[in-house]
Amino acid sequence: MSIYLNKDSKIIVQGITGGMGSKHTTLMLDAGSDIVGGVNARKAGTTVELGGQELPVYGTVKEAIAETGADVSVVFVPPAFTKDACIEAIDAGIGLLVVITEGVPVQDTAEVWSYLQSDANTGGTRMIGPNCPGIITPGESLAGITPHTIAGTGPIGLVSKSGTLTYQMMYELKDFGFSTAIGIGGDPIVGTTHIDALAAFEADPATEAIVMIGEIGGDAEERAAAYIKDHVTKPVVGYVAGFTAPEGKTMGHAGAIVSGSSGTAAAKKEALEAVGVKVGKTPSETAALMREILQSR
Amino acid sequence: MEYQAKELFAKHGVTTTLGTVVTTPEEARSAAEEYGFCVVKAQVKAGGRGKAGGVKLAKTPDEAFEHASNILGMQIKGLTVNRVLVTPATPPEEEYYFSFLLDRSNRQYLCIASVEGGVEIEEVAKTNPDAVKQIAIDPGAGVDEAKAREIATEAKFPEAVFEQAVTMIQALYTVFTEEDATLVEVNPLARLEGDKLEALDGKVSLDDNASEVRHHEHEAFEISEETDPLEAKAKAKGLNYVKLDGEVGIIGNGAGLVMSTLDVVAYAGEAHGGVKPANFLDIGGGANAEVMANGLDVILGDDQVKSVFVNVFGGITACDEVANGIKGALEILGDQATKPLVVRLDGNNVDKGRAILDELNHPLVTQVATMDGAADKAAELANG
Repeated sequence: MSIYLNKDSKIIVQGITGGMGSKHTTLMLDAGSDIVGGVNARKAGTTVELGGQELPVYGTVKEAIAETGADVSVVFVPPAFTKDACIEAIDAGIGLLVVITEGVPVQDTAEVWSYLQSDANTGGTRMIGPNCPGIITPGESLAGITPHTIAGTGPIGLVSKSGTLTYQMMYELKDFGFSTAIGIGGDPIVGTTHIDALAAFEADPATEAIVMIGEIGGDAEERAAAYIKDHVTKPVVGYVAGFTAPEGKTMGHAGAIVSGSSGTAAAKKEALEAVGVKVGKTPSETAALMREILQSR
Repeated sequence: MEYQAKELFAKHGVTTTLGTVVTTPEEARSAAEEYGFCVVKAQVKAGGRGKAGGVKLAKTPDEAFEHASNILGMQIKGLTVNRVLVTPATPPEEEYYFSFLLDRSNRQYLCIASVEGGVEIEEVAKTNPDAVKQIAIDPGAGVDEAKAREIATEAKFPEAVFEQAVTMIQALYTVFTEEDATLVEVNPLARLEGDKLEALDGKVSLDDNASEVRHHEHEAFEISEETDPLEAKAKAKGLNYVKLDGEVGIIGNGAGLVMSTLDVVAYAGEAHGGVKPANFLDIGGGANAEVMANGLDVILGDDQVKSVFVNVFGGITACDEVANGIKGALEILGDQATKPLVVRLDGNNVDKGRAILDELNHPLVTQVATMDGAADKAAELANG
């Protein structure tokens, strides 16, 4: 078992013919993902050969779904066109929309989020991202850019704002393995939150313990802490990055900014510890906390 | 800054008085000759300018000269005042507060309005929270005339300025969406003599992503002398760099890992004379020789830096590519590379990467296998 993504997921790639799109489609195929085609309006009707497979390119997401039965789309289109690509996929009724693109204007994401909440979302689309590494269910499927070689399948569920910290944590805990690892993205507005992932991991029988990685900016971690208190029975360990970040400076991720006294790492750590989540000082210490939990089973 | 916010207000039909931006007391005097009774206001990207003594009324041109002399060069919240704005003095009869902002928590926009108190809004929010109205805005629906009326009614704008408020609310929302702002604030929004509604002071925060994608004209708002020279240099090289106050230079891949590296170095520094990270630098996925050399070049340009910690996790990037990048960068920099380099490589092709650096056997390079261990070594070297 896993969350959101499994071996039966049929994946299309929006922007399959671009540099990022083609490179990562090949890597997703290596990971065992069932990639059934791609979308590029200007190259409709052609095929691309990636990872030794001939993949059809469709003009629209709707057409791609009709032809292939795809239920997941991974978006690699440039930031200026990401909003339209998302709206198109939602209109076509895609189940899971994974937006890798970095640099999307936040008002575009706000509009897409509003659209997802509206009656127009008849297919019940879930969006992950933008500005994220996507989602991997090791041994089954990868919809995104997480290296599939880091860790195999196992009992840990991982949710993180950061890509490289996801990789680092998977590497540190590779001897245990992961049910699913999801990177929710570092933008101020994202489609899937820590809370969504925590709820899904809590309900997933294959997940025995959860690692939650946060960073400065916003109050997603504080909200997640409140959620854990009332709804999560599985053990959770946490890590928060950005204790040394100065106020008012964006630290790489568009959403990683301490504004005044809000969004600090210290406040997030405190909120998590207050509900019994053990928070590591460093990624390695966090991995050690998870190790202890899993070894004491 | 205020004058820039006002330019955006005027562009989209928000009633405001632009005034004149000057950099010398003489220019302030000439502007005052035109306006008569006027206000001289420090222009820096910080709040609390009035409390800091950066806003003064001038009855005569000589007074304007004197105030400008005092305000120019003044420090407000660590920022040097290089410009003042001179505007006609228009004492408000009433002051209101109004803003549109991005509400991250609820993934929508929020309008905050209060007709009780403008500049003291934070105080009002504490003592009389009911007077500060918060109205949610659906980004999909936006603010049309009907919504603007709803906001004006909710905020209790007085009858005499109600219609003006409805018009101004729509214009401010246009500023918010057309300019891709994350905050548009009018404080105070003033009711002047004759029941005239005007944005007396304002603040606009813009979304960097949108500036990159569709608002290249926003670059003009960057004031070069206020940008840190190392940050400017890094930006010109396409590097994601933030200057901090410390001794250990940091290079890493991925925003989260780099933030984490800063923290780990700060912890390690506690045992080594309190040394701190000197910067944030994310070189992203492509850690080739050129990117690595550019990154090192910027960091070594920081005189405070005593050691450099290169922390890379090979995810998609392979560690041998990164090791070759470091090797190439040291060749490019030659004698300019003078500070010790602590390198931690892990992940994809780690054995090959470490072997390349072992073979290089460069006197400045030390390899440490773990992130915590490498941070400790870098902090130790910076304290030497």
